Amino acid sequence: MIQLEQFLILSSLIFSIGVIGIFLNRKNVIVILMSIELILLAVNINLVSFSYFLGDLTGQIFALFVLTVAAAEAAIGLAILVVYNRNAGNVEIENINSLKG
Amino acid sequence: MYHAIVFLPLLGFFIAGLLSFVKNNPASDKVAQILTATLVSVAALYSIYAFTINIVDAKVVHIKLFDWIAVGSLVVSWAIYVDPVTRIMLVVITSISALVHIYSIGYMSHDSSKPRFMAYLSLFTFTMLALVTADNFLQLFFGWEGVGLASYLLIGFWYKKPTANAASIKAFVVNRIGDFGLALGIFAIFYLFGSLDYQVVFSKAEALATGTSNISDTINFFGYQFGSINLICFLLFIGAMGKSAQIFLHTWLPDAMEGPTPVSALIHAATMVTAGVFLVVRCSPMYDLAPDVLSFITLIGASTAIFAASVGLVQNDIKRVIAYSTCSQLGYMFFAVGVGAYGAAMFHLFTHAFFKALLFLGAGSVIHAVNDEQDIRKMGGLSTYIPLTHILMIIGTISLMGFPFTAGYYSKDAIIESAYLASSGFSSYAFIVGLLGVVMTSFYSWRLMFLTFNGKSRIDEGNLSKVHESPAIMLVPLIVLAIGALFSGYLFKNYFIGSSSELFWGHSIALHHADHHDIPFLIYYAPMLLGFIGFFLAWYMYLKNKQLPHDLAKLNGPLYNFLLNKWYFDEIYNFIFVKPARATGLFLWKQIDGYIIDGFGPDGISKLVLNLSLRAKKIQSGYIYHYAFAILIGVSIFITYFIYKGI
Repeated sequence: MIQLEQFLILSSLIFSIGVIGIFLNRKNVIVILMSIELILLAVNINLVSFSYFLGDLTGQIFALFVLTVAAAEAAIGLAILVVYNRNAGNVEIENINSLKG
Repeated sequence: MYHAIVFLPLLGFFIAGLLSFVKNNPASDKVAQILTATLVSVAALYSIYAFTINIVDAKVVHIKLFDWIAVGSLVVSWAIYVDPVTRIMLVVITSISALVHIYSIGYMSHDSSKPRFMAYLSLFTFTMLALVTADNFLQLFFGWEGVGLASYLLIGFWYKKPTANAASIKAFVVNRIGDFGLALGIFAIFYLFGSLDYQVVFSKAEALATGTSNISDTINFFGYQFGSINLICFLLFIGAMGKSAQIFLHTWLPDAMEGPTPVSALIHAATMVTAGVFLVVRCSPMYDLAPDVLSFITLIGASTAIFAASVGLVQNDIKRVIAYSTCSQLGYMFFAVGVGAYGAAMFHLFTHAFFKALLFLGAGSVIHAVNDEQDIRKMGGLSTYIPLTHILMIIGTISLMGFPFTAGYYSKDAIIESAYLASSGFSSYAFIVGLLGVVMTSFYSWRLMFLTFNGKSRIDEGNLSKVHESPAIMLVPLIVLAIGALFSGYLFKNYFIGSSSELFWGHSIALHHADHHDIPFLIYYAPMLLGFIGFFLAWYMYLKNKQLPHDLAKLNGPLYNFLLNKWYFDEIYNFIFVKPARATGLFLWKQIDGYIIDGFGPDGISKLVLNLSLRAKKIQSGYIYHYAFAILIGVSIFITYFIYKGI
């Protein structure tokens, strides 16, 4: 039987990979989007596992909501990227700093 | 009729004022000049008619036009109040103003903004008429400030001349001091009597003096208790001092000669400067209840008379000599008021208006003839070139010196006799000073005449050939004034101060009857004799022995300089008031306002915001991972916080 701790360790590992992905990635915006998906995935794992071990379905329903939002976010994010790529010719993070004060 | 007298000049002002926006158009200039002159002349004819009526029947005409201000218990109406005092002022103002309007058509013929000049003159006439036709103190104050404004505008008429600007500002500022006193006086009147109408105020003042009223007979002013009526009269007199250029507040009048000469004749000789005398005479029922203030007026008036006459002795500017003469004659009027001879004061005001306007306009004619030269040291021998002006100015001068049977003879004699007969405070001082002033008046007037018209000409050859007599349009007003200067005394002396005076004045002024038959022979003829002494002194010094004035000036250097520099009044005022005020102003401007208020106020705050935002903007690098980093750090801080807090 897999214990709750093992799920939590897995989710925190995935969460950390996502965070580090955002931090260390200096190249590509798509990688950042993927990292965000990883973070959301980690959250989902937490929700589902807690739901399973506590015997409360709310967490799983919540996970479904998160999936929906993540899908929408990915769609919008990728659409923005496509448009940005069309305008700027690339999606290099180093070059995206037009918000600089 | 009275409506027309007051409002025709206002109409002229509006039309000429609108025409002044039309530039460089001879036709509109002409229209403005002729129209304003005509309107004021019509007003003058009406005034003369009103004045002749007054001789037969001195009834009071009181027309309330409308309620001007009605706030709580303060109800002030705009009125035309005509009694004998007003009628005299009306005839003086409108007739001199009409003559000056006509004269100005000739005098200002080379000026580029004639309609503006005529508009100002008409504005002045209207405000002066509003002043004298007031039935309450507030309308009087309106007129008082209006004539001050018109005087300011006209002194600074040639606004491209820095000295004219300085003089106009000086006149305005010095008048403010007097006006402040007047305003305080009006406040005190309203505070005590609850009304500003002359009749109400005077009857309540009388009730107060006789002790039949519940109004407090003392008033707290700056923490001191003063007699109510004394304080009111004193404050009103401060206003009169400012407007009538009495000593200590006289410094603006000589400088006001920077304005065009017709202005000097109208405003600074005949009408506006006599407003102070008018005010005191108008309030004579109240002043009679304040003998201490009357003594003070006598002191100030007599001091001004002698002070201004002494300064006039040595001045070299033709207009300044006459200006100091005006100042001195105003002093005479005031000490006449001070000794209770209100009728004599008004009489002198009346005659003085004619001969002083004549002298000023004559001086203007001289200045016009010699190409705008005003220094009498650079004139001389003009009598052959401009004989008519010479004769007319002689008439003005003999009237001023009190030559027998001219206008000044009757009025000045009346004043000096009243001073002799009076027993109020300072009346003997006023009498002696008055006699001394007669010598000086005669001396400086004839000195002016001799230096200007007689002797060898000191004008250089080139200019001498250009000297010309003024055009008829300037000479006709002079001739009319000369007639007034000769005969206005003889014709009206019975009405003003003689046997018919009681009928003439009605109840408009406080009359005092003095017995004339106990005047010693010598006193009776003293003014005339002293006038001749002054004449001979001037004749001897400036025609016979021409070296004498120079020797005297050298011998009495300090005295000469003292007089030449007008008793150093301007220097003292500069030192006591102007320089400290300027230094304080500079300090407040540079240090307090510029450094402290701006530094810590608007400028400082905006600088601080700019500084902070410059720093804050450096945080915005524009890289997503920086923002993400900030978010994560923030999240971890929050989580750590909540974990340790144990939620």
